Amino acid sequence: MSRQAVVDRYFMEHRAKLLDVAAFLDRVERGGAEGDDFRMAAFRRAVAVLAEPGASRARRILELLSDPTDTPIDSAAGLKGAFGAYPGGETPA
Amino acid sequence: MKYIDPHIHMISRTTDDYQRMAQAGCVAVTEPAFWAGFDRSSPRGFFDYFTQLTEFEPARASAHGIRHYCWICINPKEAEDPVFAREVMSFMPEFLERPTALGVGEIGLNKNSRNELTIFEEQVALAADHDQLILIHTPHLEDKLKGTRLIIDALKSRGDIDPGRVLIDHVEEHTVELVLDEGFWAGMTLYPDTKMTPQRAADVIETYGQERIWINSAGDWGTSDPLAVPKTRLEMQARGHAAVTIDRISFDNPNDFLRQSGKFLVDA
Repeated sequence: MSRQAVVDRYFMEHRAKLLDVAAFLDRVERGGAEGDDFRMAAFRRAVAVLAEPGASRARRILELLSDPTDTPIDSAAGLKGAFGAYPGGETPA
Repeated sequence: MKYIDPHIHMISRTTDDYQRMAQAGCVAVTEPAFWAGFDRSSPRGFFDYFTQLTEFEPARASAHGIRHYCWICINPKEAEDPVFAREVMSFMPEFLERPTALGVGEIGLNKNSRNELTIFEEQVALAADHDQLILIHTPHLEDKLKGTRLIIDALKSRGDIDPGRVLIDHVEEHTVELVLDEGFWAGMTLYPDTKMTPQRAADVIETYGQERIWINSAGDWGTSDPLAVPKTRLEMQARGHAAVTIDRISFDNPNDFLRQSGKFLVDA
């Protein structure tokens, strides 16, 4: 697809998604002044990637949200799900 | 149009879904053994589950003209207890011999633990010993990149695994290249929120090509869409992809991989 065709087809959909992100951040702010947990800190770093030049933004955001370590953890007992961002050595309850 | 959904958990879906999938052009599904949303209380629970996958579910699908195949394994979410896992593995071979069982899967990692990796390696060995295809689950979200690397390292370290007989599933933009560059097949899962959208899957195909890659819904007991494959076909069609490309991703490629089992049969 040409650049113009991509914009014509997807602009409205992603305008709406952009507003969803903005409204989500507003909602978090309204929730109080406490510091962000690790997920929101990662989210804000990911939002900054959107404004960076170059392609592969989706890949870069996925990498930013990933566990950067390379050895297996000792045990998965009691762990099933994922959090969407790497807690940085801490395993959230 | 005909399509194959090569990864969908139909035991979690209603018969209405089979009907809608058939209406949308689905001619075959393959169902990997997976976590049911709770841990089974005994290995015998897996015996019953494998029986359901190999006996009841093919009959339910065939009523709607859909061929149902399956994969047999203990999934990574229930692989943390090696004693429990090995007991399940002890009766896997008898199910792998069944006519609709295509191989070992979906094995892999969930939280990338040592025990998960040990049981993954033992199931790869079981697959190799029984000359089976392998279908691999990669972890969710922040665990995916690390888990994909651990899985690929484990497969390569054996030296006797043909990557052309292994599909590594749930790839995303940060893992698809790792998988394809090592010669494995890659699966893209069209699943709300935690995996791919039809749009992103089409982007990956445009970026990385159409060799050794398929799409699947992984429809299950969670919020998911058993019609995700035909929706992705429509997305590609809207972008102007040729019919031959769309068919390749959603029919020819899965057909080529799955036929290596010697059991998978679907009318072209």
